[in-house]
Amino acid sequence: MSSEESRGYWATVWKEFKKDRLALAGFIVINFLFGVAVFDNLLAGSRPIVLKLDGKYYFPAVFNYQELIGVDFKEVGANLEKPDFAVFPLVRYSPTENDLLSVLTPPSGLHLFGTDDRGRDVLSRMIHGSGISLSIGFIAVGIASLIGIVLGGIAGYYGGAIDFVVSRLFEIMMTFPVFFLILTILAFRDPSIYNIMIVIGATGWTGIARLVRGEFLRLREYDYIDAAIALGGSDFRVMMKHMLPNALAPVLVSATFGIAGAVLVESGLSFLGFGVPPPQPSWGDVLSQSQKYVDFAWWLVLFPGAAIFLTVTAFNLVGDGFKTAVDPRLRKRKF
Amino acid sequence: MREYILKRLLLLIPTFFGITLITFFVIQLAPGSPVERKLNIEQGIRAEAITKDIVEQTKKLYGLDKPIHIRYWIWLKQIATLDFGSSYKDHRPVIDKITERIPVTLSLNIISILLAYFISIPIGVCSAVKEGDFSERTVTFLLFALYSVPSFWLAMVLIYFLGGGDFWNLFPVYGILSPGAETFSFSKKALDFLWHITLPVVCLTYGDLAYLSRYQRGSLVEVLREDFIRTAKAKGLPESKVVFKHALRNALIPIITIIASILPAMIGGSVIIESIFSIPGIGQLGFEAVLSRDYPVIMAIATISALLTLVGILIADILYVLVDPRISFEGRR
Repeated sequence: MSSEESRGYWATVWKEFKKDRLALAGFIVINFLFGVAVFDNLLAGSRPIVLKLDGKYYFPAVFNYQELIGVDFKEVGANLEKPDFAVFPLVRYSPTENDLLSVLTPPSGLHLFGTDDRGRDVLSRMIHGSGISLSIGFIAVGIASLIGIVLGGIAGYYGGAIDFVVSRLFEIMMTFPVFFLILTILAFRDPSIYNIMIVIGATGWTGIARLVRGEFLRLREYDYIDAAIALGGSDFRVMMKHMLPNALAPVLVSATFGIAGAVLVESGLSFLGFGVPPPQPSWGDVLSQSQKYVDFAWWLVLFPGAAIFLTVTAFNLVGDGFKTAVDPRLRKRKF
Repeated sequence: MREYILKRLLLLIPTFFGITLITFFVIQLAPGSPVERKLNIEQGIRAEAITKDIVEQTKKLYGLDKPIHIRYWIWLKQIATLDFGSSYKDHRPVIDKITERIPVTLSLNIISILLAYFISIPIGVCSAVKEGDFSERTVTFLLFALYSVPSFWLAMVLIYFLGGGDFWNLFPVYGILSPGAETFSFSKKALDFLWHITLPVVCLTYGDLAYLSRYQRGSLVEVLREDFIRTAKAKGLPESKVVFKHALRNALIPIITIIASILPAMIGGSVIIESIFSIPGIGQLGFEAVLSRDYPVIMAIATISALLTLVGILIADILYVLVDPRISFEGRR
């Protein structure tokens, strides 16, 4: 340690994290999925990325053009003359367009992952579904973390009656069969992507709240907190500036596992038909169609399942590596 | 000890009210009043012809003409006597529908939890003892991956390969008994039941199994680092004695109490698995009730399973005191 410069906390964490190859692999997978989700229109779709038509450039995959409404790009793309050209996405099928001539075809050169019962390209649906799965995972966990930090924080900081009430709330939420509760709420409210995020978030905060409460109870006893209060810091300031940063690491670890869980819940909901409304694609939705054709349409089972599995494993691996990295006691000991 | 149990029992009261309040609140989220729903279900296409009179009559019949807090109070009084009303779908008392399905779900889940514990504890012990070893790292990673497998996906894969698709036809994928099983002798019936529930139990078990093994490993590794283990080794005790007599006892405590967090997930997991395998249990009943917006059934399932879980948590906490005399709850905050 002697010659090493002292690093910041997060730099140390990152250094420790990198030592865990599996966690690093998970991190790379997550980044890859993000890339797919952000550039989904460029990776899959029936509209060309760049189209030069009559000397003018268009980007139909990204923007909607007034003058191109109703244009069949497939035909246009086939009949272009130099110097006009079109660059199509890697997967030339839209995730929502039905093609009744190629229903339930197994994977082939045309459809790498096969097609579903409406002839939609499975790969294209999965590429466009990745954004939905990831954003539901992140935003749901964001909501859960926010509720958890606020409730756990005030319970741990104030203690007493407030702590009593919040602790009962934990207990109540813990006893509910959460998945059933989510299903019920989504049966009553229409299962739009926002409702799914809110419902998963609003039912998933107990773990983080318990963590924050525990950390705040512990931190409350430290002298520097007394000092901060004595200096006239408001409760809010003491909690936000002096306590929360010290409790953040375990929260982030728990949130990472939470994302894995939320992705699983979302795919389960879609599987049961309570996911994002059609024709929006999602992994669980593709998988749910396989129920009807389970005896032969293996590609409807394999690919979306593998995508869900890969995502969940990646987040769990990152969570695990992160947990080891932020907790000095768990670091590999050198003897 | 008695004081602690009494205190815990008293604390059940506010939690119980909270549970019923949340269920009641969730049901109020439903669009349209239950009356319209009920009439819709009963009259099908003629729904539009419902006159105001019929709506009013039905409202009175179900007590829906009263303000919300009074309705909550009435409902509370009813469920205190286990009267959850009757299903909108077939007018049978909800409690009957639930009690006839509880044994199936319960036996499925009890078998699954026992299996998970019996397999995961040895795995956890082995991998804790061989910590850092290549085989240990492989097993740990495999368990980790297993934990991330969506259960409904595994169910589909199992059905595809073992349930008579293009591959083997080893297991039934529908129901819990073969047709005509009523005439079987008891032992044959039991075997038939076990044969039917093999795939669903696998789907219900593997997640908990992976989770528990990791948990067991973690807690044993922690105990093995304690000073008293070093002392035990130093005085020349054989490895097996150190692990099983000194370490495992201490490492088992957290894994027993973790059952409290597995219980609430049971019903949720059952919803998907029971629907896929057409098992007539609580999960399937719940899913059907959600699909048909059968409020009394939904309310009853949410309330009953929450209460059962509450009792489960209480038992786990009491077990905690019993197995570990060092813990006194009087001093705990």
